[in-house]
Amino acid sequence: MSALGSGSWTQRLLLGALGLGGFLVAWQLATWGNGITDVPGPRLTFQGLVELATAGVLWKNIVASVFRVAWGFCLAAAVGIPLGMWMGWSRHGTLLLNPLIQTLRPISPIAWIPFAVVIFGGSDFYLRGRILFDASDSSAIFLIFLASFFPIVTATTSAVQSIEQKYLRSAANFGVRGVQLLRRVILPAALPQILTGLRLALGIAWVVIVAAEMLGVTSGLGFQVNDSRNNLRMDYVAAAMVVIGLVGLGLDLAMSSLESQALARRGMSRR
Amino acid sequence: MSTESTQREKIRVQGVYKSFATKKGTVQVLDGVNLSVREGEFLAIVGPSGCGKSTLLNCMAGFERISQGSIQIDGVEVQHPDPKRVFVFQETGIFPWLSVWDNVGFGVQGLGYEAKHEHVMKYIRLVGLDGFEKSLPAELSGGMKQRVEFARALAVEPDVLYLDEPFGALDAFTRIEMRREIVRIWRETGKTCILVTHDVAEALELADRVAIMTRRPAVVHSVMEVDRPRPRDSDDPAFREWKDQIFSILGVERSV
Ligand SMILES: Nc1ncnc2c1ncn2[C@@H]1O[C@H](COP(=O)(O)OP(=O)(O)OP(=O)(O)O)[C@@H](O)[C@H]1O
Ligand SMILES: [Mg+2]
Repeated sequence: MSALGSGSWTQRLLLGALGLGGFLVAWQLATWGNGITDVPGPRLTFQGLVELATAGVLWKNIVASVFRVAWGFCLAAAVGIPLGMWMGWSRHGTLLLNPLIQTLRPISPIAWIPFAVVIFGGSDFYLRGRILFDASDSSAIFLIFLASFFPIVTATTSAVQSIEQKYLRSAANFGVRGVQLLRRVILPAALPQILTGLRLALGIAWVVIVAAEMLGVTSGLGFQVNDSRNNLRMDYVAAAMVVIGLVGLGLDLAMSSLESQALARRGMSRR
Repeated sequence: MSTESTQREKIRVQGVYKSFATKKGTVQVLDGVNLSVREGEFLAIVGPSGCGKSTLLNCMAGFERISQGSIQIDGVEVQHPDPKRVFVFQETGIFPWLSVWDNVGFGVQGLGYEAKHEHVMKYIRLVGLDGFEKSLPAELSGGMKQRVEFARALAVEPDVLYLDEPFGALDAFTRIEMRREIVRIWRETGKTCILVTHDVAEALELADRVAIMTRRPAVVHSVMEVDRPRPRDSDDPAFREWKDQIFSILGVERSV
């Protein structure tokens, strides 16, 4: 099932619009007469959204958040996929690292905030003399990394462990081993499940962005939420929340279309 | 074209024992199996379900280590899998992420693109799949997937084909068609074919000889010569007699 559900187009559109419309009505009724320092209604939220967009800060903040999530997520994939493949392949690898990883996994990245600041709070990263991310970026990226790393490792490990024996035996039968085995059999066989893990991880990473951007950054949608709250502009808080939701939806749709493409190639449809 | 097998021994299985360690203790599966396979022959192995037919074939292919005894091919002990002997799986083992062409070419090595293309196409044509080389397995029927698997196995030009119930997943019509195909391919290429099946009629229709395995822990009870010319007729009265004989060896009452 995709993020927007399955069913015919008209059905999706109608029922989706109905659900959304119902929510807007309920929201409006519940917040009747509220101003911008209280929980704002949909109209105030929309106005706030327009104000943020015309002031140009909205776009800047979206880019800043996506940039941090992209870095944290890609680093997590770059470390998590190879590590997961090794753990899935080698029995010793699983025995060595799985207990550790399964213990670290349930710890919310938010609990790491104090350490993130201590560890990365003072270090800027440079690439060819230009600043790539400053100290506050690093802490945020570290938290995003933590949020996405564990689902990626876990999904990759189980993807490799569940590769059907007949594929591995076929490869062995045709004398394919080592790097060739990895590239031609293990990776493509594990790919659909790895993609599912990546989608899950990206979702979690995006959820964590608000918390990650509490760490002294001065841009991003999470910053927008915190900053507007401090200025008692609840309409901006709600507007930023709406944008977080929409961007998250967009990211999930992009990942799930990747996933369904990989599955369609194998003649499978998404569960 | 060679249809007659020579008398030369290709594979010798001698006193093979195989047991598996499980949580409930060791399971003795093969209990001193002896079998000799002639070069270029079509040998079928039949036996009751769970007696160890697949285990024996896996050992002959080098996927499983035997506990005791010896399996030699051309006088050399089988240690590990080798492209000289290719295994065809019951549920097709072709790779769903590769096209027909890439599947058939999977084990083909050391050829330039042109030569490889020619080689791969030769085997795609041999199994009657020309025009489908760019298709993905998901777009093919069960019988066509099985053909891809045969082509992939044949493309590395092995001496021996191990067929573990290759028709088990197919419907009755496709099964008949694929049986005819495998006999044709076997006659055209002259490979040594070892077919595991629990369908006694199938074994008699296809094979030069039928090895009969007993219940687990299994031995080869006897090997029956199927001395009938090809093409064969499944209604041949001689088959009926052999069938009864095999069933009585296996201890199965045929009437229901
Ligand atoms: N890896 C394994 N570990 C433990 N036991 C095994 C293993 N492989 C096979 N066995 C056992 O060995 C016995 C023979 O299995 P095998 O698959 O060789 O039978 P088979 O003759 O091919 O049966 P079928 O006709 O149902 O395919 C079975 O009892 C099975 O439970
Ligand atoms: Mg079997």
